[in-house]
Amino acid sequence: MRLITKLGLKPRTYAEQKALWGFIYVLPWLLGFFVFFLVPLLNSLRYSFSSIDAKGDGMTISFIGMKNYVEALTVNTSFNRTLTNSIVQMVVNVPLIVIFSLFLAVLLNQKFIGRALARSIFFLPVILASGVIANLDSSSLVQEITGQNGSDIMSGLGTFEIEQFMLQAGVSENIVNYLTSAVDRIYQIVSQSGVQILIFLAGIQTISPQLYEASKIEGATGYEAFWKITLPMVSPLIMVNVIYTIIDSFAGSEMTELIKDTGFRSFNFGLSSAMAWIYFLAITIVLLISTYFISKRVFYQD
Amino acid sequence: MILTRFLSVESWKRWLWSIVRLVLITGLSFVIVYPIIQKISTAIKDKTDIYSPIVVFIPEHFSLDNFKKAIEFMDYWPTLINTFTLSAVTTILTAASCALAGYGFARLKFKGSKILFGGVVLTILVPPTTILIPIYMNLKDFTLMGLLPLLSGKSVNLLNSYWPFILTSITANSLKAGLYIFIFRQFFRGIPKEVEEAAYIDGAGVGKTFSRIMLPNAIPSIVTVLLFSFVWQWNDSFFTTTYLTTSKVMSIQLSSLPYNLAIMLEGGAATNKDPFYMSIVQDTGVLLAILPLVIIYLFVQRYFVESIERTGIVG
Repeated sequence: MRLITKLGLKPRTYAEQKALWGFIYVLPWLLGFFVFFLVPLLNSLRYSFSSIDAKGDGMTISFIGMKNYVEALTVNTSFNRTLTNSIVQMVVNVPLIVIFSLFLAVLLNQKFIGRALARSIFFLPVILASGVIANLDSSSLVQEITGQNGSDIMSGLGTFEIEQFMLQAGVSENIVNYLTSAVDRIYQIVSQSGVQILIFLAGIQTISPQLYEASKIEGATGYEAFWKITLPMVSPLIMVNVIYTIIDSFAGSEMTELIKDTGFRSFNFGLSSAMAWIYFLAITIVLLISTYFISKRVFYQD
Repeated sequence: MILTRFLSVESWKRWLWSIVRLVLITGLSFVIVYPIIQKISTAIKDKTDIYSPIVVFIPEHFSLDNFKKAIEFMDYWPTLINTFTLSAVTTILTAASCALAGYGFARLKFKGSKILFGGVVLTILVPPTTILIPIYMNLKDFTLMGLLPLLSGKSVNLLNSYWPFILTSITANSLKAGLYIFIFRQFFRGIPKEVEEAAYIDGAGVGKTFSRIMLPNAIPSIVTVLLFSFVWQWNDSFFTTTYLTTSKVMSIQLSSLPYNLAIMLEGGAATNKDPFYMSIVQDTGVLLAILPLVIIYLFVQRYFVESIERTGIVG
């Protein structure tokens, strides 16, 4: 302490020390944030408004205004279709994935024999269904053919009967189609909901058991306990999961491929950046709309 | 009398529910495991079994020929070592830098730390495609914001080396790093303040509190982040194919496997180009690529699955 005062520095309070160290701890991230995120982000915005000539000795950037955006939206043959495709696919998939993973998390939280095994199997898709492996899987011929031989016919039959049953029960045709298509795509949904199950499971485990005990004494059934306790308590996580699923589904969409191809195959960096920005704006709009609707219903305990 | 009847209805309900649950869980587990079983069964099939109608899962003629082919075409062993080194290095560096940043954001508040955390959320939201091209340009003539030309006179081309991965992971900006910072921050926020105060009274500074008290407590979230980061780096083809063009890394080998197969199998004298056979070798390649991950998962999962409530994913 004497050394510090000798050097002419004021002795710091604990709070000041903490603030200083906090800045030091965050510093690596901050450097990276500027070099690898913020500057590239602004650059990409600049590129999207300009035409770029990349040559051996460097590149010339000239400002051309909104031309790239106009080209992406009106001239490019596949951009509009891919964009709407990925948005529609996401709107269809996100509710299914979130509801399904909540259901599974509740199921996996109950006590039964072989729970550890079941859990480790359900988290397996986190490992297997990401990146290049998922891409190759979808193009595998073996799976196509063996699938056609056996399981597809079975599942087709099953959903056909359920479909008839529900239609006769007076359920609207759209809902029936939605549900049966979900059953047919069950692998896709299961494989995309690994992280979401993990998040919900962690959330359910933080709910205090006293709540369930009290409700049980008051005579609530398990079904009621789910709607009145579990659901409100995990509702903040529903929002987290919706956001995560939206971002995740966009990250794996064909849009990414298209943008990369435009940039690195046809070397049209300006157009590619413009596409990427339209894409980012689309994601932001979807996120804002969904968080607006969900956040009204979210229940916070404190 | 009435009571016993009531009890039996209750127990019937419980039995029914456990049967339904069993069916659901077994069914869905089957859906998940089925592709792996199928890959294994096709991988050990001989070529003659491909079109045999009686062979479904267990082949008539066992052979490891597919494995040999896939290993040869993918250059498997060097690729495995390369990928493992790359993933391990980035994973450890990412976890370390993200833990520091997460602790800084959670516990060591300074002026503007809230705004900076907004920056973390922004890195999660912005798709990597948006910033890919500028980053590529940046790495091609890497100047470290104009510093390097002052020192050595010219910029450095960092592409096709491991430097992009190392630099981004030291600075906690690698693949999905925003998510890891978020996980760590949520976890450290959950540790009671009294623990930290007690450490301070006993004479520990900020650094010591972090390394001796916070980190040992954070092992579940560290394991989660390590696993996620390792797996995602292993499977990532998006950044890997951009940064590295010629290196032998698993995801590049995999994504170019279909083309390689077409060329190699066509060139060989003994084989003619049979798309179904090619697909089988490709599946074997995928199996070989995920095998190390599955083995690692088998060791880690116990730790990971049973201790999620403390991982800090939920705040």
